[in-house]
Amino acid sequence: MIQAILVFNNHGKPRLVRFYQRFPEEIQQQIIRETFHLVLKRDDNICNFLEGGSLIGGSDYKLIYRHYATLYFVFCVDSSESELGILDLIQVFVETLDKCFENVCELDLIFHMDKVHYILQEVVMGGMVLETNMNEIVAQIEAQNRLEKSEGGLSAAPARAVSAVKNINLPEMPRNINIGDLNIKVPNLSQFV
Amino acid sequence: MSDIVEKTLTALPGLFLQNQSVSGPAAAKASFSSRLGGLVRGITALTSKHEEEKLIQQELNNLKATVSAPTTTLKMMKECMVRLIYCEMLGYDASFGYIHAIKLAQQGNLLEKRVGYLAVSLFLHESHELLLLLVNTVVKDLQSTNLVEVCMALTIVSQIFPREMIPAVLPLIEDKLQHSKEIIRRKAVLALYKFYLIAPNQVQHIHIKFRKALCDRDVGVMAASLHIYLRMIKENSSAYKDLTGSFVTILKQVVGGKLPVDFNYHSVPAPWLQIQLLRILGLLGKDDQRTSELMYDVLDESLRRAELNHNVTYAILFECVHTVYSVYPKSELLEKAAKCIGRFVLSPKINLKYLGLKALTYVIQQDPTLALQHQMTIIECLDHPDPIIKREVLGEYSYLLDKETPEEVITKLYKLLRSDSISSETKAWIIAAVTKLTPQAHSSNIVERLIQEFTTSLDTCLRQHAFELKHLHENVKFMKGLLPVDKSCEDMVVDASLSFLDGFVAEELSQGAAPYKPHHQRQEEKLSQGKVLSFEPYGLSFSSSGFSGRQSPAGISLGSDISGNSTETGLKETNSLKLEGIKKLWGKEGYLPKKESKTGDETEALPVPQENIIMENVDQIITKNDQSQALTQSKEEKEKQLLASSLFVGLGSESTISLLGKADTLSHKFRRKSKVKETKSGQTTTAENVTRSSFSSSSNVTYEEDYYLDNFQDRGDKEIKKFSLNSELLDSESLTELPLIEKISNCRLSTPSLFAVNNMEVFHPPQSTAASVANEISLASSLLEETTEHMHSDLMEVCHNETISVSSYKIWKDECLLMVWSVFNKSASELKSANLEIAPAENFKITEQPGCCLPVIEAESTRNFQYSVQMEKPFTEGNLSGFINYQVMDTHSVQLEFSVNLSLLDFIRPLKISTEDFGKLWLSFANDVKQNVKMSESQAALPSTLKALQQELRLHVVDIIGNEGLLACQLLPSIPCLLHFRVHGDMLALWFRSSCSTLPDYLLYQCQKIIFHYRLLQDIEYNSLWYTVSPCCLSILCIAICIC
Repeated sequence: MIQAILVFNNHGKPRLVRFYQRFPEEIQQQIIRETFHLVLKRDDNICNFLEGGSLIGGSDYKLIYRHYATLYFVFCVDSSESELGILDLIQVFVETLDKCFENVCELDLIFHMDKVHYILQEVVMGGMVLETNMNEIVAQIEAQNRLEKSEGGLSAAPARAVSAVKNINLPEMPRNINIGDLNIKVPNLSQFV
Repeated sequence: MSDIVEKTLTALPGLFLQNQSVSGPAAAKASFSSRLGGLVRGITALTSKHEEEKLIQQELNNLKATVSAPTTTLKMMKECMVRLIYCEMLGYDASFGYIHAIKLAQQGNLLEKRVGYLAVSLFLHESHELLLLLVNTVVKDLQSTNLVEVCMALTIVSQIFPREMIPAVLPLIEDKLQHSKEIIRRKAVLALYKFYLIAPNQVQHIHIKFRKALCDRDVGVMAASLHIYLRMIKENSSAYKDLTGSFVTILKQVVGGKLPVDFNYHSVPAPWLQIQLLRILGLLGKDDQRTSELMYDVLDESLRRAELNHNVTYAILFECVHTVYSVYPKSELLEKAAKCIGRFVLSPKINLKYLGLKALTYVIQQDPTLALQHQMTIIECLDHPDPIIKREVLGEYSYLLDKETPEEVITKLYKLLRSDSISSETKAWIIAAVTKLTPQAHSSNIVERLIQEFTTSLDTCLRQHAFELKHLHENVKFMKGLLPVDKSCEDMVVDASLSFLDGFVAEELSQGAAPYKPHHQRQEEKLSQGKVLSFEPYGLSFSSSGFSGRQSPAGISLGSDISGNSTETGLKETNSLKLEGIKKLWGKEGYLPKKESKTGDETEALPVPQENIIMENVDQIITKNDQSQALTQSKEEKEKQLLASSLFVGLGSESTISLLGKADTLSHKFRRKSKVKETKSGQTTTAENVTRSSFSSSSNVTYEEDYYLDNFQDRGDKEIKKFSLNSELLDSESLTELPLIEKISNCRLSTPSLFAVNNMEVFHPPQSTAASVANEISLASSLLEETTEHMHSDLMEVCHNETISVSSYKIWKDECLLMVWSVFNKSASELKSANLEIAPAENFKITEQPGCCLPVIEAESTRNFQYSVQMEKPFTEGNLSGFINYQVMDTHSVQLEFSVNLSLLDFIRPLKISTEDFGKLWLSFANDVKQNVKMSESQAALPSTLKALQQELRLHVVDIIGNEGLLACQLLPSIPCLLHFRVHGDMLALWFRSSCSTLPDYLLYQCQKIIFHYRLLQDIEYNSLWYTVSPCCLSILCIAICIC
């Protein structure tokens, strides 16, 4: 089971934090710091696995991380997960982010924090790997996006458009047209004819 | 894309109000949504923890007021939640928002609910009392007909759910196991698994349903159910033996490629599923011959099939080996698995090596001979830079005991200890291993010798270990108790929290001792103290005093390229030749005006090498080279980047930059001593200004300058004294320098003779840098030759080893993308049969350019391999991968793999059309995208913005009419896109049209990114309004107007 997923930048600033195991708030922050210090001092040419820090449970847990440009993606897992499997899962997650954001960069993670969480929810659910197929994940996210579109488009947009139109000063449009009058006039005209 | 749509909708009212005045609720709302951006940027701009705390507290106070205000709409609440999540992530208490998160999840529409659920799952924990308020919402959403609502409810259930409320939702979730959508079934299975974890008794009765899930027609649901089975089998394997057959069948199908290709990952069928199944089989077959026999076939098949060299194949292989060794042994399989372990251990990939060693530790228990086979590798690993690997290796040694006597092992370790090739850290590990082994050894001669030797070691760590060993050794009985024989290889339980010292600590504290601060806290304190005390004596204050006052009086900018060894003397007016007013056409990189036009520098000035004369005796060169070498090494990385960019804009090598800094310092000094004419120093600074303006990344330059300034300022005085003004020596000196120049100019366009004829002074980097930098220059210079006509990217190293270095860059040619791979042979011998191949990619057509492939790469030279790439299908992101192989001295061939990313931008080219054509084309295109971006004051000048876009995105500026700008580009081979920019106050209206529907969106995104980055750099308040209109919304509006 995955215990925690941490993403922080080269300076240790957290960019995505998701714990699947309960830790008090201040311990969470300490875990982030501890993990950062553990990972930071490792070269790029040594292996991507290490034992978890003392706070998260020590040698029972493994930290599996990957370093992309300015960001570290760290997955803290227990012994039931395969190291190499998780390593590729990180890759899948990052590639999915890349697909969803087009050329994902640290800024995307900051400004679309909620979206990143939604994507993560489709990959890992409650600490269990839910989906590893990138196309499937993207399809789910797109389904949600369509939802945004339809929700805004069908319910909100016409209402707003109408209210917006009402607010515009359109000189050629007589303001106080009463449809009731029209109804009355029509029979009058027919009487003339 | 969805982004844009979202913005479209929020922007509609604003669009209509635009003609009147942007005011009222629309403006307020838009600025509201971008406050997260403001907050983030505010935080990144801060330097100390303290300031951050202040800012966040302030933000939290604002949020507190907003969320509790009755006028706050749910939509605004949604934005607030995102900001609260951000604050909470940084470790600040946002507990006042928890209840509002729950409210949002209860009351919001789908989008708001989603944020609400997310916030709840991040803020709360399973036993939080507020969570009870959410139960009803979850129940309601689980019954919803909307799939997305059901999904959200299942997600939250699997993340946090109060244990005592499980009965309330359990029947609903059980129902979902029969849902028609597979994603719902899958999430329901995982939610049930979560229940199983937190309250196993409650889900006892649905085990039969888990079996149903295992047999689900959808692979995803089946895979999800494996989580449950893995767990349950781990707890009690005997109860599930009857399922072995099913698991074996599933694995057989997966391995046999019976799954749809959708499940392939790098052409490996469902690797994660295989790993899971192999683990389950390993648990089931443990110590059970009959069950194990069922799986021998499929294990064999798995081992056989896993032959591809992707990372994930190794993951399966590793799992497979693990399973083979944990089930009832079968010699044939063990043999094969052992071979696989060999592949892991011998792999150059460090991750695999680690896993290989890890595998060895459990394999050795059954088969010690295997470890002996790999003994050499193991010993090599001992000196690996990775401490984790080392530890695995030493664990290994303790297992070797079965075969060898402890004495033998200790002797071996002792020999290792004495060799100089291993680091002291490793030695410390080894002594620890010896300590573990000592109690089992019968004779202790070697141990005693070792103790004697290392208790006097210089290394504190080694000494400590040796003393430990010594004292333990003196009390053998105690030692045996401490390190029992049968447990010598197991990890001992250590009280990491040092709780037995608590009493002592409390006592000390009560007596007034300072409390312990953890490492990071101490560091932070140190940092903030450092901040307070640093006044930055040179860097910033200098630059402010330096530039403004010292412009060249004549208005002619004279570039001053000064060689490292001659700067100081060169500045003395007695030896320099004045060149004011004389137009120089040749500089050290060749013909100057050409470069000028290429860089597109606005200044008309030509960087003209100023007459400086080299005059130094040889030992001075040597002493200075030593110094500059130190500089070079410490800043090597920086210089490499700088070098690439400086060559790109046509400047000299990095020495120019450092030397400009140097010259400047000196002129500063001279001025103070009033030994140099004012004009002289004026020229130097102007030169520097030229340099600055032509650099795109001026921050780098400044940094570099400051760095050198600091260093040279100290040395300046000393060195000036050392220099003699001997002009005869100077002539001879410049002659002796020529061979060096020759060496460097191999890779430059100019020749030494040219310099000699013109009697110009010669600039070159200091000798020491020349060597280290030569390869960079050679690479970059070849780049210069070919790319004069086209725009190109910076040189980027894609892969390297000790003999070669492969760099690549993109040349954006008019008709295609030309990829150039520069292969630089670093070694002293020539490489034969060099061959570079690019794997075919699905979206591209790749053709090798003729005449660039040569089988031999001479020593210390560069060969270029060119491929033209054409796009066959539009895409946004692609990847080109390939490999290079070569032979070293006819013996073995080496292969290196690399890959390069391509984006759609690489295929965007300027479209050169007239304004009239633009007008015609504009009307003919159907797809358009509009957006307004707020610009900062400094950006308000349209031309500069357009210029930035033109440079970054390779667009063509058709025309600029007043406050409107027209740009055009095309996506190769021929999909045009027209861009219209209009400045309206401080708003920039972007309007893109194209015949292709996705292109405007993509370009809009890129333009925004660039404009945004500019703004980020300038650090001006971010407060933008986004408006977009898509065609469909326009038509809706038209209908609305008609109705009225």
